[in-house]
Amino acid sequence: MQRTFIAVALVPFALVFASLAVTYSEQQALRSLAESYVRLVPQELGAPNVITGILLTYRAFDTLGEVAVLFMVAAGVGLILNSSAPESRSLDGQPESQGKASEIVQSATQILFPLISIFAAYIIMNGHISAGGGFQGGAVIASGVLLLLLANRDQHLSRQFLSVTEAAAGVLFVLVGVAGLIFAGGFLDNRVLPLGEFGGFFSAGAIPLLSVLLGIKVGCELSVILDRFRT
Amino acid sequence: MISTTVLSTGLILIIIGMWGMLAHRNLLRIIISFSLIGTGTHIVIVAIGYVRGGTAAIIDRALTVSEAPARAVDPIPSALVVTAIVIGLAVTAVMLAYAIKLYQSKKTLSIDAFTESKW
Repeated sequence: MQRTFIAVALVPFALVFASLAVTYSEQQALRSLAESYVRLVPQELGAPNVITGILLTYRAFDTLGEVAVLFMVAAGVGLILNSSAPESRSLDGQPESQGKASEIVQSATQILFPLISIFAAYIIMNGHISAGGGFQGGAVIASGVLLLLLANRDQHLSRQFLSVTEAAAGVLFVLVGVAGLIFAGGFLDNRVLPLGEFGGFFSAGAIPLLSVLLGIKVGCELSVILDRFRT
Repeated sequence: MISTTVLSTGLILIIIGMWGMLAHRNLLRIIISFSLIGTGTHIVIVAIGYVRGGTAAIIDRALTVSEAPARAVDPIPSALVVTAIVIGLAVTAVMLAYAIKLYQSKKTLSIDAFTESKW
């Protein structure tokens, strides 16, 4: 009975998707909007990575909203989980400090955590030159924090530090945006700073700065979310 | 050709996710199915942005500024997918938090135990 219902629900979807896949034909050339993005990002913004240029200048307001969504999720997860924290601890009947990861995990963490942090910094700082960017680097930071939490379950993350850092990064992000409103073409315009040499480390105006702020903010928010799930 | 293959993979993933959501009774498996649907959608969006013979929209030695409009893939779907991945992570986090709460209230993850809101 249930299988029939599932089949009834899925077969129409499968048919629609199949017709999509059969009739789909590859684009032969870029559409006009994409074509102008590919042309304008290197020309106007001085960023070799077109996608970062779109994310952090043309659609930067979108990115700002998205970081706000992440922040709300970090707060919301805390709201959902926090009220029950003492209850769950008493139900286990075991002291929290009992769980210790094995020697291998702990030693590996000591070696890997600095490397992961450096890799994250590399990804964030190269967002405007090659593949990378704030979101990706922030996620790598959070993966390092997750490894730290796995290796040592007593590890204390200072939520106050994380929220202050995150809030400061957010405020600076908005301030850079307002500076674009005053000194350049509009909100979050990257040309408030000199564009520099194309493809250089300090180039593309405010994009590297925004990348760093975004990376810090995303890393802090994801770390807070991970920490909330520990209780 | 390549983008049709990728597109079909994404669509199949969406179907698998829908099936998993409907067929399984465990909350965690339903959440995994949601993530599968999300991943499939991301793959479909990226596949739609492919241009025949195109390469990643990053200017370097292999792709000069002048030939970029002719040889780059559509950068807009890629930028949108970066956004969508982060939102997908946020949604998954909220779903997992609710799963923890539901487990605490009924001591089970089976969706059959939560009949109050069933019509």
